Amino acid sequence: MPFGYVSPEQIMKDRADYARKGIARGRAVLVMSYADGILFVAENPSTALHKISEIYDRIAFAAVGKYNEFENLRVAGVRMCDLRGYSYDRRDVTGRALANTYAQILGTIFSSGGEKPFEVEITVAEIGETAQEDQLYRLTYDGSVADEHGVVVMGGSADTIGAALREGHRDDIPFDEGLRLAVRALGAADTETTRTISAEQLEVAVLDRTRPRRTFRRFTDAQVAPLLQSS
Amino acid sequence: MQTPDHATLPPAFFAPGSSFSDFLAQHAPELLPGQRAVAGHGSTPIEAPHGTTIVAVTHTAGVILAGDRRATMGSMIAQRDIEKVFQGDEFSAVGIAGTAGVAVEMVRLFQVELEHYEKIEGVTLSLEGKANRLALLIRNNLPMAMQGLGAVPLFAGYDLEADSPTQAGRIFSYDMTGGRYEEHSFHSVGSGSVFARGSLKKLYRDDFVESDAVLASVHALYDAADDDSATGGPDLTRRIYPVIAAVSADGFRKLSEEEVAAVTEQVVAERMTSPGGPSAPLR
Repeated sequence: MPFGYVSPEQIMKDRADYARKGIARGRAVLVMSYADGILFVAENPSTALHKISEIYDRIAFAAVGKYNEFENLRVAGVRMCDLRGYSYDRRDVTGRALANTYAQILGTIFSSGGEKPFEVEITVAEIGETAQEDQLYRLTYDGSVADEHGVVVMGGSADTIGAALREGHRDDIPFDEGLRLAVRALGAADTETTRTISAEQLEVAVLDRTRPRRTFRRFTDAQVAPLLQSS
Repeated sequence: MQTPDHATLPPAFFAPGSSFSDFLAQHAPELLPGQRAVAGHGSTPIEAPHGTTIVAVTHTAGVILAGDRRATMGSMIAQRDIEKVFQGDEFSAVGIAGTAGVAVEMVRLFQVELEHYEKIEGVTLSLEGKANRLALLIRNNLPMAMQGLGAVPLFAGYDLEADSPTQAGRIFSYDMTGGRYEEHSFHSVGSGSVFARGSLKKLYRDDFVESDAVLASVHALYDAADDDSATGGPDLTRRIYPVIAAVSADGFRKLSEEEVAAVTEQVVAERMTSPGGPSAPLR
């Protein structure tokens, strides 16, 4: 053998390191429950290339990593959910089915020899009738799924931001307060200096239980700016 | 773009494009309404419930779409409280005449088509774009229409790109082959449309506000039911009234039963004294 033997453990470790490095390079996205549903906040200066998107009536998608890779998965998710809702009923579309499909796709690509692993991390969020029925599925590059509660932070400095966020978070936090907490936590990513992040650098959206049918709503910079100042 | 070859979803899920019906054609063509023409059935018409009259009336702040509640099968009333006016998306409404089953399925596909585009692209289609998509769905249904299972929608929407709000309410009508025609001021489709259009011709004014358009549409549907056996008049004993949708800068709104009941009762009361409805000045 010209190249010597590499153990399967080493191959998987190398692939995982590769994916992790790619993901950690990007800015963070955070997902958290609040009084009326689920709040999504991302540091993303682009208003066209989203990291947070609507998938279905009560399901949304948040991702970090390589844009073309998670965009591919997002589009497939919208198609899968719309197909399900069209052939059965809107109520038969579930976040669990979507998370399972993503897990299988990511897992297959990660362990297949030919392709490089996807450098993405995804959260599939679904709101229920009550806060107790809310679901947060966190999917990593290798197809692992974790059923999270309350708060999910993905991307660069996720641990630092997560710690800052969990300190002030409670499930019944009002929208404004939750948004300010999220932005403060994003600013605490670098331990030495605390940055102030303006509305233009943010992407903000919610799944709002009080809205009929399509519960996803995106906020514009003009709507976000006054909410950040009123602290 | 890298597509996952060994993934659990077929390639159609990762193909470029933002149309749901194009995706269906590729992945699940059996779910498309037009694909189900019955082989060997020739041109023998199949008996199925038919929806009847829809009217659309523009006004200075948008457009309204109204439909009666009757579905007929031959000379029988198949359903007395069918709903034939639907939401298209946030800024449009669609009403249906023709074979009810085919039409309702077409509207469902149209609704998903608009929502799907919006989710994939992150922006909504232009009003013309929506009208053209609907034309395509009708064209795809041509094999069924040839067997007598045709459906003709009436599409009304608020054009966010219009020069002024007074021109933002727009109406599009269609023929069985998918021909798309923009109508001005008002229009009607279905078996009672001849009478509804005649009625609106006399009642319509350029300075209509929303409540005027609603009132005129209820009069027009009353006149349609008066002369067309397939159009249902207001059923006061069962409290079955027309379905009316309003589209304006504030978006789509279906009028509540109380609102429609109030207008309908007013129209019926007027007709007690003058059965022919409001008369236009001759000179």
